Amino acid sequence: MTHEEIIGKINEFLVEEFEVDAAKIQPYANLRETLELDSLDYVDLVVIIESNFGFKVVAEDFIDIQTFQNFYDYVNRKVEEKKASV
Amino acid sequence: MNNRVVITGMGIWSCLGNNLDEVKESLYNGKSGIGMDAERKLWGYRSGLTGIVEKPQLKGILDRRARIGLSEEAEYAYMATLEAMKNAKMEMDWVEKNEVGILYGNDSSAKAVSEAIDTIRLKKDTTLLGSGSIFQSMNCTVTMNLSTIFKLKGINFTISAACASGSHSIGLGYLMIKWGLQKHIICGGAQEVNPFAFGSFDGLSAFSIRESEPKKASRPFDKSRDGLIPSGGAATLILESYESAIERGAPILAEVVGYGFSSNGEHISNSNVDGQIRSLNMALNDANIKPKEVDYINAHATSTPGGDYTEAQAIDSVFSGCNTMVSSTKSMTGHECWMAGASEIVYSTLMMQNSFVAPNINFEEGDEASSKLNIINKTTEKNIDVFLSNSFGFGGTNSSLIIKKIK
Repeated sequence: MTHEEIIGKINEFLVEEFEVDAAKIQPYANLRETLELDSLDYVDLVVIIESNFGFKVVAEDFIDIQTFQNFYDYVNRKVEEKKASV
Repeated sequence: MNNRVVITGMGIWSCLGNNLDEVKESLYNGKSGIGMDAERKLWGYRSGLTGIVEKPQLKGILDRRARIGLSEEAEYAYMATLEAMKNAKMEMDWVEKNEVGILYGNDSSAKAVSEAIDTIRLKKDTTLLGSGSIFQSMNCTVTMNLSTIFKLKGINFTISAACASGSHSIGLGYLMIKWGLQKHIICGGAQEVNPFAFGSFDGLSAFSIRESEPKKASRPFDKSRDGLIPSGGAATLILESYESAIERGAPILAEVVGYGFSSNGEHISNSNVDGQIRSLNMALNDANIKPKEVDYINAHATSTPGGDYTEAQAIDSVFSGCNTMVSSTKSMTGHECWMAGASEIVYSTLMMQNSFVAPNINFEEGDEASSKLNIINKTTEKNIDVFLSNSFGFGGTNSSLIIKKIK
């Protein structure tokens, strides 16, 4: 899966699952504010990432994820790590 | 304090229809909502018969956070409550400024619980259940979700009393308002309809196995009955003090005038004539009416050999000589279990509003006990001023409600 494909997949499930307007998803927009995430929503984000990318996010990882770009980069890195470990 | 308690709104989602108009038509036409669920046979069910209930589509109606905590039965309850509140002319801005409570009957959320356990076993990680699982899995799934969605500020809890849950929710709501503790309460009952929910019930051989004729399988009081058919959905009634209803200019559909209850104190699953008689007499005394003043009895009768026999004896004992019209709408709906005590008040109120008694379909020949009752098996035009509805449940819990037309 390429970086662009990862971004496309993330945007797709955010629009579908979190019902956010696609136009509001901008690389440097704030993830939490744009999606209006509360503590319960982060739990659902963990489930969606696991089902789409096959790895488990630990809560601490979200601390450094501020923007959508941070989120894309984080998922991309974990996908690459997973690929490398196989 | 003895406030008068009235019904100002009703809503229904059942195998007879997804709103009051559809359900009224089904009742009048004696239409059965029963069919077969092939999946149950694959699961090893003795009977695949079930009420066929449509799943609501809530995307676009409720936001994600509200939807995610709703169990199957809470989705039905949301739809029924939406209709009831609309009919009661209860707007959201009014609800937010007033103390509206909720007392709702529910006694399982088996699908949500089972699916969560399956996920834990498979994934070995509880986080992967997601945030909605806990709010779907608890028995109070209906009241915790609806109180949040409708921003309710009054009394808020679930009544779990087996197949009398819905009836007791109305009875307790009636007492709360009668005694002046609340002015407006959302009451009702909800029941999930899926293979997770009924396996243990099926295992008791309680269900009809007349699978070749689904629409003839539920036959309360009939001599050839061979068991009940599980069903579900949700029914909501808005209970309110008479003064509040007048003050709000709300439509008054009927008045709750009597609530009787009892416990058999005997067998966990067998019904009991004495317990039912005590419940019936308590309701009549509370309503301060004589048996002959009751125009129609909506029986609990579920189509089981033992249960219907007992109820027929109890009704005959209390209403002896009255020739009161009796029918069990479970002949069309199947047994809506936790929901039944509330849905049957909705069904009977629809009959009262439209002056007919819905038929006890499939009743062809009575047994020794039911032959003594005036069981109506064809739709009958009839003015109903007062009706009584029975609900009985495992553990010997009994509930009887009496509803009167407002004149």
